[in-house]
Amino acid sequence: MVKPITTLGQYLTLMGRVFSRPERFHMYFKQYLNEMAQLGINSVGIVLLISFFIGAVICIQIKLNIESPWMPRFVVGYTTREILLLEFSSSIMCLILAGKVGSNIASELGTMRVTQQIDALEIMGVNSASYLILPKILGLMTMIPFLVIFSIFAGIIGAFCTAWFAGITNATDLEYGFQYSFVEWYIWCSFIKALFFAFIIASVSAFFGYSVEGGSIAVGKASTDAVVSSSVLILFSDLILTQLLS
Amino acid sequence: MIEIKSIYKSFEDRIVLDDINFTFENGKTNLIIGQSGSGKTVLMKCLVGLFIPEKGEVLYDGRNLITMGKKEKKMLRKEMGMIFQSAALFDSLSVLDNVMFPLNMFSNKTYRERVKRAQFCLDRVNLIDAQNKYPGEISGGMQKRVAIARAIALQPQYLFCDEPNSGLDPKTSLIIDELIHDITVEYHMTTVINTHDMNSVLGIGESILFIYQGHKEWEGTKDEVFTATNEQLNKFIFASDLLQKVKLEQIRHLDFSK
Repeated sequence: MVKPITTLGQYLTLMGRVFSRPERFHMYFKQYLNEMAQLGINSVGIVLLISFFIGAVICIQIKLNIESPWMPRFVVGYTTREILLLEFSSSIMCLILAGKVGSNIASELGTMRVTQQIDALEIMGVNSASYLILPKILGLMTMIPFLVIFSIFAGIIGAFCTAWFAGITNATDLEYGFQYSFVEWYIWCSFIKALFFAFIIASVSAFFGYSVEGGSIAVGKASTDAVVSSSVLILFSDLILTQLLS
Repeated sequence: MIEIKSIYKSFEDRIVLDDINFTFENGKTNLIIGQSGSGKTVLMKCLVGLFIPEKGEVLYDGRNLITMGKKEKKMLRKEMGMIFQSAALFDSLSVLDNVMFPLNMFSNKTYRERVKRAQFCLDRVNLIDAQNKYPGEISGGMQKRVAIARAIALQPQYLFCDEPNSGLDPKTSLIIDELIHDITVEYHMTTVINTHDMNSVLGIGESILFIYQGHKEWEGTKDEVFTATNEQLNKFIFASDLLQKVKLEQIRHLDFSK
């Protein structure tokens, strides 16, 4: 019981250092732009790829499993849209990003720690926690709404492809289903959830990377811990946020 | 000048530094020597504030690092430069950007002036041609020289070098030692070097602190080091590779003459 409380205390202390006044705004801004590119833009490909195929698979599964003469044909599009909006493009996509981005952040900071680059920053008088972690958190939180939008669109295109190329369903019914009983709030729910998850991914992974002690094995362990902890926290907060937002 | 008074540091039950007193003089290359695990690096980290000693004082020209406030500490850090064992260059930045980093962070100079200063520092360490390369593209010795250039970019008053020769060949080690010594004299800095390289001790050891098992065992100069009668110091000196070879060579000559 003591260890989780100690870890939480260390995490909060680190966050206290992260959210302190930057020394030089232009240097932080430069880092922020770099992180947006590294964490956000570099993730667009994997988000599009996974969302496209998952959108297509959801569409096929819904069609095969709930098809019935009593069920309107547009239900396939309607259900696919709701799954994409409510869960896939925010929660599942962030779980995927926890693997990609989380391990990237943890291993980068861990390597900087073991090669004394963080010590070098501290000796110079730079608040290394703030300089290295704050741009990552803000960069990912800035990019995540765009990734959510890309994910939703890629999923919808994937679903349409099942109609256009595989003939699984009718494109007109699918289109009608996508537009049927649309609730704009769900988009905002997706954004709000994704912003929370982005903060979790960046801050938790940075905490594990920044706190590395030892060598390459410790960096590997920090990377794994970062992904596991971020994923568990995403799932846990998904439960709370879904309850609060619905 | 940096004075350390009665420094005590322990990790859990293990005492790493015990009652160490020493004065690191201005304009000189001050060496901390000792076996691996003797507490040299911990002492260096206490000096620069990466570790806080449980007891004692670290005085930078009278200013106590341990009791000073955050703001004061931050100001003091701008007067420090450090060269790490691994050079600790930022992988994602070019050589020029690495040297420019402290200038970008703390200097109010224009961009052109900052570039000029960084190029001047790189020229000082004979690396102006490598300014556009990345740390991964240059040798270990060159990385150390870039680290020296970065450390002197803000013209610090205090320079710390943690085993600057580790992993370098003897010739490059000599170049690094001479460079550090010349820069110390040129900028009239207080330089503290953590080493167990006897070439450095003999070459640039103007003031030497020998640590043995966390205690100050001996202090003196490079001229005094061989005439010293301290048993632990002599054991340490003859345990070093260079002097062991000299010793063996002498014995071989003796056998040959027989």
